[in-house]
Amino acid sequence: MSTKRNGPQVRDILGRSDYTIISGIVEPGSKVLDLGCGEAELLAWLVENKQVQARGVEISGSKVRVAIARGVSVYQGDIEQSLPGYPDQAFDYVILSQTLQQTLHPLEVLREMLRVGRGAIVAFPNFGHWKVRWSHLVSGRAPRTELFPYDWYDSPNIHFLTIDDFERLTSAQGWKLEKRIFLSGHKEVSLLPNLNAEVAVYLFRK
Amino acid sequence: MITQTQSARFNSLSLDCGLVLSPVDVAFETYGELNADKSNAILIEHAFSGDAHAAGADAEGKIGWWDNMIGSGKGFDTDRYFVICSNVLSGCRGTTGPGSINPATGAPYGTTFPGVTIADMVRLQKKLVDRLGIHRLLSVSGGSMGGMQALEWAVSFPDAVASVIPIACTARHSAMQIAFNEVGRQAIMADLDWAGGNYYSGKMPGRGLSVARMVGHITYMSDDSMREKFGRRMRDRDKFGYDFSVDFEVENYLRYRGSQFVDRFDANSYLYITKAMDYFDLSAGYPSLAASFERATCRFLVLSFTSDWLYPSYQSQEIVNALRGRNRDVAYCELESSYGHDAFLVEVKEQAEMVGGFLAQTLKEISRR
Repeated sequence: MSTKRNGPQVRDILGRSDYTIISGIVEPGSKVLDLGCGEAELLAWLVENKQVQARGVEISGSKVRVAIARGVSVYQGDIEQSLPGYPDQAFDYVILSQTLQQTLHPLEVLREMLRVGRGAIVAFPNFGHWKVRWSHLVSGRAPRTELFPYDWYDSPNIHFLTIDDFERLTSAQGWKLEKRIFLSGHKEVSLLPNLNAEVAVYLFRK
Repeated sequence: MITQTQSARFNSLSLDCGLVLSPVDVAFETYGELNADKSNAILIEHAFSGDAHAAGADAEGKIGWWDNMIGSGKGFDTDRYFVICSNVLSGCRGTTGPGSINPATGAPYGTTFPGVTIADMVRLQKKLVDRLGIHRLLSVSGGSMGGMQALEWAVSFPDAVASVIPIACTARHSAMQIAFNEVGRQAIMADLDWAGGNYYSGKMPGRGLSVARMVGHITYMSDDSMREKFGRRMRDRDKFGYDFSVDFEVENYLRYRGSQFVDRFDANSYLYITKAMDYFDLSAGYPSLAASFERATCRFLVLSFTSDWLYPSYQSQEIVNALRGRNRDVAYCELESSYGHDAFLVEVKEQAEMVGGFLAQTLKEISRR
């Protein structure tokens, strides 16, 4: 693999390196809302290890059942329809992990995250990664990689974005990027992240 | 587990209608052991036609109405929690109601019994819980009307509940729910044997009460569950009778459930309890439902069922959205089921998993504080 691996090794939490980064950002004892929280693995970990007050939103009933059985307060609903129901600045952090590219109105979701939370944490797969570019270039078809493993017709991803795209948007909106961490496998990436990073994690505020 | 119904007497109870009821008896059962700091008590609220016998077998071997949820290792785990269930005010299963003797006259109250509300029922339960020496309940839970009482607890006695689990219920009865109840009441009152409610020395208004129950049972099922259970299957015949006797299995079922109900339920209690449900509106006197939850500080687990058309999921979502809007601690799940409103009594596995996890976390949080 020729991916640039020049950063420190990132260990996994619950089998995911982006969770490690996110849990490193979240302050102990804070109020956290996780959008698209699945079975609330991350939230349960944060409750146990960081004593956070955890809330989640998840559309899948079977996942919500597991999350609630874990003791986490999860609301069964669609992210975009649920967000307006929370009051302003109700949370310290609103987390959106690996889901931004699946939302119908990403900008509206990001705005709502900053209304509901004092800080927004977003992790997304980087569509600018060299493997994605290479796949598209040599196949002439919609790219398929480990990061984007779907055929175009059954992909849950509907808004593809690169690290540059995201930073252009946040800059245009005047949002402050407080932390940005780029990952390739289990390594942090600092050189040419838009080419070399598979996943980007941001903490940003209004 | 052999259970026995106990009774507690209270000198008086002030009611929302302005009258005072005196004295008041409450029938209740308990399961499991109350711990030393009395932090593990759960109050179970029965639905419209339920009673205090929620779990275990009574002396006659009758199994409690939520026995699949309450017991050792079950959702409400009696190895860990002390579970209480009482018959509601104006009921007919041991708690004072229209069939009880009015001490002032020596005769049954009948329709001279004062009108009651869900809040009155809950106020009486609070007296019982106080008598048992419990300052704060770990949880209050129930389905249907039981869920309404759980919501009322959260708002009326916020310091006395750590969590509530309202299932398949609403924060306010809708026009449709009132309408079905009114059909039931009219069926009873149209029965000449009802006699203005003074039937205790004569014949019970059994025909009216059983018709009321038949309507009720239809609303507790779903189109799917009825198709699955009965379809167009005939009852003990291959050809139509053309005589208005029972042709279809579903007719037989409804008649059976109706006549069975007459043996265990008082027609006047039917009138009083359905009215209490119809009066229920948690948001009454507040600018919004969300505002009515301002006082409620406990954790909430709200559950609804996809095929429940009597208490549709949108009503549960209304509760949950009001709570989210006030940033309360609320979990919500809509469970898949074809059983209609009855699902909360039937779909036990998923409910038990969620209730178990929710209660364990609630206990953890209150012992941390």
